Amino acid sequence: MILYLEKIGRNTMTILEDLGRMGAFLFLALGGVFKRPFRFSAMIRQIRLIGADSFWVIFFVAGFTGMVLGLQGYYTLRKFGSEGALGSAVSLSLLRELGPVLTALMVTGRAGSAMCAEIGIMRNSEQLDALECMSIDPFRYLITPKFLATLISVPILTIFFNVVGIFGGYLAGCGLLGVNPGAYWAGMEQSVVNQDINMGIIKSFVFALLIVWVCAGRGYFVHVIRGAGFGAEGVSKVTTQAVVLSSVAILVWDYLLTAILL
Amino acid sequence: MSQAVIQFKDVVKTFGQQTILDHVNLTINAGKTTVIAGPSGQGKSVTMKLILGLLRPDSGQILVGGQDISRMRAKALNEVRAKFGVLFQGSALLDSLTVFANVALPLEERTGLKAAEIRSQVLATLAQLGLAGHEDKYPAQLSGGMRKRVGLARALMLHPEIMLFDEPTTGLDPENSLEIYKLFLETQKKFDYTSVIVSHDIPKVFNLADQVIWVNQGRFSAFASPEDIQLSKIPEIQAFVRYTMGKIYLSGEMEERV
Repeated sequence: MILYLEKIGRNTMTILEDLGRMGAFLFLALGGVFKRPFRFSAMIRQIRLIGADSFWVIFFVAGFTGMVLGLQGYYTLRKFGSEGALGSAVSLSLLRELGPVLTALMVTGRAGSAMCAEIGIMRNSEQLDALECMSIDPFRYLITPKFLATLISVPILTIFFNVVGIFGGYLAGCGLLGVNPGAYWAGMEQSVVNQDINMGIIKSFVFALLIVWVCAGRGYFVHVIRGAGFGAEGVSKVTTQAVVLSSVAILVWDYLLTAILL
Repeated sequence: MSQAVIQFKDVVKTFGQQTILDHVNLTINAGKTTVIAGPSGQGKSVTMKLILGLLRPDSGQILVGGQDISRMRAKALNEVRAKFGVLFQGSALLDSLTVFANVALPLEERTGLKAAEIRSQVLATLAQLGLAGHEDKYPAQLSGGMRKRVGLARALMLHPEIMLFDEPTTGLDPENSLEIYKLFLETQKKFDYTSVIVSHDIPKVFNLADQVIWVNQGRFSAFASPEDIQLSKIPEIQAFVRYTMGKIYLSGEMEERV
């Protein structure tokens, strides 16, 4: 019994330590924005890696998601004789939920994992220690540009996802299944309000913060995360953990934000 | 008498249940070379990280240039770290940057020098260390010895008062090891830095030492010369010396005494 209690206590302490570390990490990463000199070129490079290089992935995922929504929506709405509402069904699903969530999950898989592995390898090969020893703040130099780049890229990618997805729905619904194009666009125009668009954008900002916080943070602390192991194996485990954690966090926060914002 | 630049006063460092350093004291004097040696896993690298403020002691004081860094805030610690140059065991070059960018990094980040001035300083230092023509290569394209030289070039760019070498010859063949020692002697003469060398390369590294700190079971034993280590009465040291050195390292003075 005492051993069991000890184990609970130890695990609780580990979780609290981890939360404290991650909290401090977030604070220092955001604080890096105010430290000079600001690394603008590094931020632009990260925007290219996280944002521009995700263009085609987002394009195809958004296009086919929109087309699937068009197909599914059409056959469901036809039962009620409401094919004309397809535009509003596709656009609202994308703007409020699927756009922000799927974009965030794609960025987590593509850029979040790369970010975690890159920082983890830098930690293991003492590159972060080397920066500190040169009196170069690793947050200002390395982490903050990634934070800002993710916070800028994800909302833009989300808007792009929504636009491509809506056209995907149009292609499937109007191009293949014969829904009236005028009804599709008119339905969308009548049902979508600013609040729907704002909700999607707010979500994408929150998801961006979650992605970069969890992925960069796990990589940064690869050497102290209990049970992660060492060397390449440690980086591999922590990267997997970062992707799983941020994906779950995105879905949990999606629910919470929907409940708050609706 | 030389001035003390680094001092440990009754320092304790533990990791969980394990005591790594147990109430240790240490003095490193300006302009001298101190070798920190001893068996693996006894706290040599921890000692180096404590000197750099990358780790904090559980108790005791660590003075660098008279300032206690053990409880210092990050900003002040950064200023103290500006005194140091470090050559890491694995060189710790930023692997996404070229040789030139790695060596230029401290100048770009810490000085207000113009790009042309940085370029000329970096190229001059690279040439001095035999790396001319390699400035556009990435660390992964270099041999272990060349990586160490690039690491040394980067560490020397801001003319540090204190240079720390973490296992500078680990993983190098004898020829490259000799090359690193030669560079060490040349650069120390030129830049007049205080050096701390953490090394396993016994007895060769003793040739460079003014003082040897033996780390074993969380304790420091200071020896004024390598010969004193060989004559130590401490059983652990005697065993290690017999195993690693045999009767290899004897200076002329000691040969007469023995």
